[in-house]
Amino acid sequence: MNERLRPVPRVAAPIKNLARRFSYAGLVVFAFALMLLGKADLVLMERFRVQVTDAVAPILDAASRPVATITDIVSQINELADIRSQNMQLHEDNRRLLQWQTAARRLEAENNALRDLLKFTPDPLAGYVTARVVADTGGVFAHNLLINVGEPGGIKKDQPVITGEGLVGRIAGVGGRSSWVLLITDLNSHIPVLIEQTRTRAIMAGNNTERPRLIHLPQGVEVSPGQRIITSGHGGVFPPGLPIGVVASVSDNGIEIQTFMTRSHLEYVRIVDFGSGVKIEPSPAPAAEIRVKDAGGEKKTP
Amino acid sequence: MRPSFWHRLDVWARRLTPFGLTLILVLAGVVPFYVPGYARVIPLLPLMAIHHWTINRPELMPAYAVFIIGILQDILTGIPIGISAVVFLGVHGVVRSQQRFFAGKSFAVVWLGFALVAGGAALASWILISIYNMTPVTPDAAFFQYLVTLGCFPPVAWVFLRWQQTFLKQD
Repeated sequence: MNERLRPVPRVAAPIKNLARRFSYAGLVVFAFALMLLGKADLVLMERFRVQVTDAVAPILDAASRPVATITDIVSQINELADIRSQNMQLHEDNRRLLQWQTAARRLEAENNALRDLLKFTPDPLAGYVTARVVADTGGVFAHNLLINVGEPGGIKKDQPVITGEGLVGRIAGVGGRSSWVLLITDLNSHIPVLIEQTRTRAIMAGNNTERPRLIHLPQGVEVSPGQRIITSGHGGVFPPGLPIGVVASVSDNGIEIQTFMTRSHLEYVRIVDFGSGVKIEPSPAPAAEIRVKDAGGEKKTP
Repeated sequence: MRPSFWHRLDVWARRLTPFGLTLILVLAGVVPFYVPGYARVIPLLPLMAIHHWTINRPELMPAYAVFIIGILQDILTGIPIGISAVVFLGVHGVVRSQQRFFAGKSFAVVWLGFALVAGGAALASWILISIYNMTPVTPDAAFFQYLVTLGCFPPVAWVFLRWQQTFLKQD
């Protein structure tokens, strides 16, 4: 900076110009080299990315709070507008949920009794860490989130990230005070899933749009819109049974999934720690049998 | 007479603002706005800043500053590191070579120039990302972002011009 304030002798001008061009070309080459390095050594680049995001995470955290407050106020005003119809809806929901509550209580009691009978060992209880979303990376070429909890908060790589609605993604990089979440809609996300009703295995592949696709389905399987998609637990990254979404459309272009998570609503997410000793290897066939037995048992109970 | 220390510091701080403002725009681009569909339509604000300052004050937006902005953009948007840096440096180089043409031209001409440059930048990033992932990624989000960026250019450029007239006039 200081050099520019001084008068430059005339002879030096062309040399400076030349040096500028060389440094420009050098920077372009360097940027390409970084790209290649990122392709070759993903771990190194992820570490670099995490360190930089750690440094700016507090700024983003501070900046996202007033934005969240304003959005809350706007949505509250919007809610006021249709408070009556919402109230009717809630009454309706409440009636339906009370019925479900009765059913759930009955099933819980039955389940406990059967567990006692079978000497069933329950899965270890999962731990949760709740984190705030401090950056949403746009989504033109990548679907990521930055959250404000890092390694000291108990976050580890590959842990599933969920909300009340369903699966959001998995932890892709962990820093000191921030972590990266790879969303299930990202191009690099491939999740082993099950179609809940038919127990058909498939892979859900993100494609950088809001609707990921189902691939690697077995031949001759019928899929219809509205079927629920859950994690299968194969591959060991995700535990089985996390809700993901429903089949939105089936066409020649492929099977599109409407995810339960709504990206624009992601303000707080939960990171799940299922413990290291969990065995995640359910086979679909016995699971289907259990369902049939349950259904049969239900008919007999009353 | 040599200017005083405080005067030089003042000039130095003012001269840093184009770079600083652009860094802030990179951060602003990733702050979550909990609006449905917003994630798809974020304008590429840093590109506008690089375009504007390279035309109007190229000495305040040198290549290494553009490189740093590009790397930060890559890191925060989660795309492979180096891609935005290459694209932004490309924009910087093209605009710099056409700087004499743009100087003193009407705003419509500058906007048209930006439309071409930003179009090239969107296409270049799409090609680079597709090569990196070894599969053609869906281009519609990039195209939509290009249109939004183009539409947002006039107000943003106006703010930059006012900034330039207010804080960077006397040097």
